[in-house]
Amino acid sequence: MKKFDTSVTKVDNEEKMAGLAIFTGDIRMDNAYFAINVRSEKAHAKLKGIEVPKLPKNYYFISAKDIVKENVVNIIASDWPVFADKKVNYIGETIGLIIGPDKEKCIDLSKQVKGIYEDLEPVFDMRNSYVHKEFTKGDVSLFKDAAKVFSEEFTTGYQEQIYLEPQAMLMYLENDQIVVKASMQCPFYIHKAICRTLGVTEDKVRVIQPAVGGAFGGKEHYPSLMAAQLATAIVKIKKPIKMFFDRREDITYTTKRHPSKTEISAYMDKKDNIIGVKIHVGIDGGAYIGCSMVVLSRALIAATNTYTFPNVAISGDAYCTNKVPSAAFRGFGSPQSIFAMELFINHLADYLKVDRMALRMKYLVKTNDVTSTSGIFRDPIILEPLIEKAMEMSDYKRKVKLYSKPGSLRGIGLSMFLHGCGFTGSGESDLIKAKLRIKKDKNGIVTFYTSQVDFGQGNRTTLKRIVVDTLGIPEDHVIYGAPDTNETLSTGPTAASRTIIIVGGLAAKAAQHLKAIWKDGEEQEIVEPYVGPSYIKWDEATMQGDAYPGYAWGVNVVEVSVNPITYEATVEGCWSTYDVGHAIDERILLGQADGGLAQALGWAYLEKEVAEDGMFKQKALADYAIPTSMDLPPMETEIIDNPFKYGAFGAKGAGELTFVGGAPAFALALEQAIKHKVHNIPATPEYIMELMNHED
Amino acid sequence: MKISFTINNNKVTLDVDPSMRLLDVIRNELHLTGTKEGCGEGECGACTVLVKGEPVNSCLTPIINVADRDVMTIEGLRETKEYRIIADAFADRGGSQCGFCTPGMILVTYALLKKNPHPSEEEIRFALSGNLCRCTGYQAIIDAVKVASEKGIKL
Ligand code: FES
Ligand code: FES
Repeated sequence: MKKFDTSVTKVDNEEKMAGLAIFTGDIRMDNAYFAINVRSEKAHAKLKGIEVPKLPKNYYFISAKDIVKENVVNIIASDWPVFADKKVNYIGETIGLIIGPDKEKCIDLSKQVKGIYEDLEPVFDMRNSYVHKEFTKGDVSLFKDAAKVFSEEFTTGYQEQIYLEPQAMLMYLENDQIVVKASMQCPFYIHKAICRTLGVTEDKVRVIQPAVGGAFGGKEHYPSLMAAQLATAIVKIKKPIKMFFDRREDITYTTKRHPSKTEISAYMDKKDNIIGVKIHVGIDGGAYIGCSMVVLSRALIAATNTYTFPNVAISGDAYCTNKVPSAAFRGFGSPQSIFAMELFINHLADYLKVDRMALRMKYLVKTNDVTSTSGIFRDPIILEPLIEKAMEMSDYKRKVKLYSKPGSLRGIGLSMFLHGCGFTGSGESDLIKAKLRIKKDKNGIVTFYTSQVDFGQGNRTTLKRIVVDTLGIPEDHVIYGAPDTNETLSTGPTAASRTIIIVGGLAAKAAQHLKAIWKDGEEQEIVEPYVGPSYIKWDEATMQGDAYPGYAWGVNVVEVSVNPITYEATVEGCWSTYDVGHAIDERILLGQADGGLAQALGWAYLEKEVAEDGMFKQKALADYAIPTSMDLPPMETEIIDNPFKYGAFGAKGAGELTFVGGAPAFALALEQAIKHKVHNIPATPEYIMELMNHED
Repeated sequence: MKISFTINNNKVTLDVDPSMRLLDVIRNELHLTGTKEGCGEGECGACTVLVKGEPVNSCLTPIINVADRDVMTIEGLRETKEYRIIADAFADRGGSQCGFCTPGMILVTYALLKKNPHPSEEEIRFALSGNLCRCTGYQAIIDAVKVASEKGIKL
């Protein structure tokens, strides 16, 4: 076992292990009322009215008629209503809340509330686009002169979050403020959502973060919906209210990973050189756009993955369907398009009758190459050493030969991938505008605040360490607590792999400034604004320029065996290498590596979620299986140092990167094991059987 | 109905519905919140407690089933020296991320090592298979169990 020389004890370790960490559901508030969702039973219908039973004293029904200012949840697109009004767009959309002191009574009453509907034609497939984007690089008119064209289509399925703590929110009134404690990722998103729906000023709302039991993107936007609903209720009822989902409600009605369909064509000249590629990515956004346009952007920008093609035509659509909206989930669109490209380039090699790895290496991206959005990969790219190291760790070259024999029922696959860190383009400087406050008291005790939530990634430990090491003072002289919007300035959401690269960099800068002006025995305070690297130029409308401030890179190797009787795949080994700039804390980083890959493998072959007539068939953990300790083999990970100029201590982002390569590595291994090409995931036994019984 | 049992070495008698879930008794009546609810259906193990030293899902256990028995939750285990060894091993390997699964994982580890002080990797994976973790990919937890086992706690 590895020794972690670079790691420090995680600040929240002891409280979590001892069961002392207070999650939202652990907060004692005996007089709180319960809020139960009354949900639409229709996928698409006019809501002509709502029949509410006579309610006993202290029981309330809250719905669109109670909206104070705006019936909209403040998510990137302002199209998701707090409560359905006159129309429902998916099964499970909230038409109202029953609120009262006894939970069972509330549940009982909620069943008696009846929506009066007039059916409309629902749409469940990807045909109605509500966001379209496209861009090109080079000269795509050359495609028509191609001597050969090769095209394929790939699909990926839904994925459920299964953070282990379901959604939970507690709201109460205190000191003329609405106070929210919730399982969340972005305190200021919730804060804004409440201010917007109620039309109140910022000082009227306070959001405090308790311990959070996992998030992965699923608590980025959904809690804003819950908060807007509860806020509407609390101004009327003036009692503390809890909204806690059980696992079934969480699986059935909260946001999921976007299913996708990606079509790729490659155009070759007479000598089989690739003239260029054309890619279309379609994602199923569900009933409301929410953040789907940004997910689509990321999917498109990442679509050429780690390859440079001279000419590129990329387009994509997010489609409106009458299903639960899809939203943020680790990777944010790029796992879908990268899955497609990784398989496609291997299949293309087969079509051109050249060695798979040789073709990939021929088009491998290099430092200073032009990106698909006509920006530049400025920072040194060390993909080749990453690939070599991963091959060596996994004994790839020997195994790939060995398993190519007919009937091997075993295969090995290698994926390479990148992840852009931070918000797209100039989003960090123009939209987020993070500000970090750091202060010191007379005794030299330093306190700093960020709005970053630690839902397991260890950022409370890492960010603190950045400040401690920069100031060069003892650890117990630095105080860094969980976000509380009364104290904290917004350093932006805990999303987009931006925490370490952006907020970490900001924390280091703030600490350097404090150090420079440090005067013993004095109170001092600094507010440090984020200033992005000036070379980043991005035009969102045309999708041209530098899409991200920096990129992290990785290679995954997965080995798979297949049982020819049950058609079940088993993951036999996983080896990974990463370039995350510089790993500030190796143990925390390896935790991200293992956890991200485990989730990705779940998505690749175990986790199947399908909707039938707009209703999800999988409603509980009994029928939606995530990996258990028995499903995964030991995992080995190596990190290669490649310090990033603009990150704190050279660090880039890592949280999402580790999700991106698992599925394509798995699928490539599976292909070798069964000697059939894979185009769709999850690769369930049914799918594997279908492939094996089918002549290619 | 009056039901007596021992929780973390303290005898308690409660007047409760005998079908009430042990999990609710622990969290809502006794206010011991280290035991978590991740699914309520016996699938995740976040609600694990030890009954007579055996891990059980408290969300599936009616309180009547533990009448006159010994129940241990993380609040009890954390007072022991065995806990210290296991917790240090979890800290050393990074076995806890969001922490929601962690109390359950630690209880299962304790029960395993008590029975089998030097489990193989496979035995560890099998013992933990009823406890889901969405954050770690299990590797760090399994390594933590190995470290605790190597420390040779005479459990
Ligand atoms: S809460 Fe008991 S097993 Fe999940
Ligand atoms: S640490 Fe989050 S579920 Fe295990």
